[in-house]
Amino acid sequence: MIQRINPKARHDAYGSRINRDHSPLRATIVPWVSILLASLLQILPVATALPILPPLGLMMLLGWRLFQPGVLPVWAGFPLGLFDDLFSGQPFGSAILLFSLAMLAIELIERRLPWRSFALDWAIASGILTAYLLAAVLFSGAPPGLPVAVAMVPQLLLSLLLFPIIARMVAWLDRLRLRRVRVVR
Amino acid sequence: MAPSEQRRSSYSRRAQYGVFTGYVLATAGALLGAALLALSLWRPDSFSGPRNVARDTVEPAVQATAAGRAEGKGLFDTIGGYFRAGSQNAELRKELEIARIRLAEAEAVAQENVRLKQLLELSTSEAEPVAVTRFVGSSAASSRRFGYIGAGRDEGVEVGMPVRSPRGVVGRVLEVGASTARVLLLTDSQSVLPVRRPEGDVIAFAEGRGDSLLRIRLINLGINPLKKGDMFVTSGTGGYYRPGTAVAIVTEVTDDGALAQIVSDPAATDYVSVQPVWQGETVATAQIPVEQAISE
Repeated sequence: MIQRINPKARHDAYGSRINRDHSPLRATIVPWVSILLASLLQILPVATALPILPPLGLMMLLGWRLFQPGVLPVWAGFPLGLFDDLFSGQPFGSAILLFSLAMLAIELIERRLPWRSFALDWAIASGILTAYLLAAVLFSGAPPGLPVAVAMVPQLLLSLLLFPIIARMVAWLDRLRLRRVRVVR
Repeated sequence: MAPSEQRRSSYSRRAQYGVFTGYVLATAGALLGAALLALSLWRPDSFSGPRNVARDTVEPAVQATAAGRAEGKGLFDTIGGYFRAGSQNAELRKELEIARIRLAEAEAVAQENVRLKQLLELSTSEAEPVAVTRFVGSSAASSRRFGYIGAGRDEGVEVGMPVRSPRGVVGRVLEVGASTARVLLLTDSQSVLPVRRPEGDVIAFAEGRGDSLLRIRLINLGINPLKKGDMFVTSGTGGYYRPGTAVAIVTEVTDDGALAQIVSDPAATDYVSVQPVWQGETVATAQIPVEQAISE
């Protein structure tokens, strides 16, 4: 008697492999679009008297860079920072500089620690986010002082705690990015 | 995940040059960013053009989410009302709060009237607002406090015009796009507003602190007359804001003034009106350097 064939035999994690393949366009575009949308989200839903929303554009960038190296080139900080600057309210150039520096910093860290656990990735992202928020306050032109520093604390804590969720979103987007689509030949 | 093999050096000249070019581009990007940052700190309005175009482009989406925000907030208020003592409670409380603000404003207006009558029939007619629009959002992630409103050059909004909500002063227009404008909120660390307390005529400056509070700095130093719960209104000095609009309530008295909470919290603001500059001539005159004569 012939055994029933395993229904998953012709599948991989991204769908059936028969007449289906990754879409090159989608594989390239999903990381960029998701980071741009995250930057845009900064002005959409809330209006607040003190800064509370985490720097979502940077967090998305860190997520893609740390969990899927090779998807974004080293120079990605420049165009993504440029877009973020248009909407963030920071002086123009602040995100260009800081995003670029973040990408270079991860490049250096990656040379030392090529294999990382999630906890280590989270720690790296926490360090970069803390440095980013401090630098952003300095660059914003606000006179540095205790009130500004105190107002920063909730935003910083929220950013650090939100990072695992961003990581899950990046993982989901990565499956979407490599989903196999029909190829007609 | 481990880095891809792409970055490791290989015998391929092309791959090596590719990696090298990537680093050069990234460094050049960072340097260019630093230069742009220095330029925009030196001249804050250098890049207002691209920013305005970008904001005008996303305006429809922002309008939609702003409507959702207002409705969502209303929904939460209603649910909160049931938890306390029925849905009316929340509404009545809001009305009472506005009534209190109005009372303080009325007191200020009455006092203003007395003074103006002494100054021989100066007209105090309320000006028509330039535009009534939705407060669509704020720079929620930056430590500078900017708000965005859904009216711009097309509606006649100009730089410097005061923006107010039904509760009180929100801020001042800083940049104008075709259909949106950027507003400097009162809580921004570079915002300074001349204010006064109606009872006793205490004159002060309200400075933003970068968090959600304002710092009230008295002009006449001496015994600090402020108490918790004092209401400050605009004084009209400087010519931008019409006198007698509610600004802030004192929450904590300090040695040289007080800390005050803004009356019109951006998070609770839905519709705002843009008003003309109160004394345009005064403002224009104030911008002429001292060396230059005002009259011909």
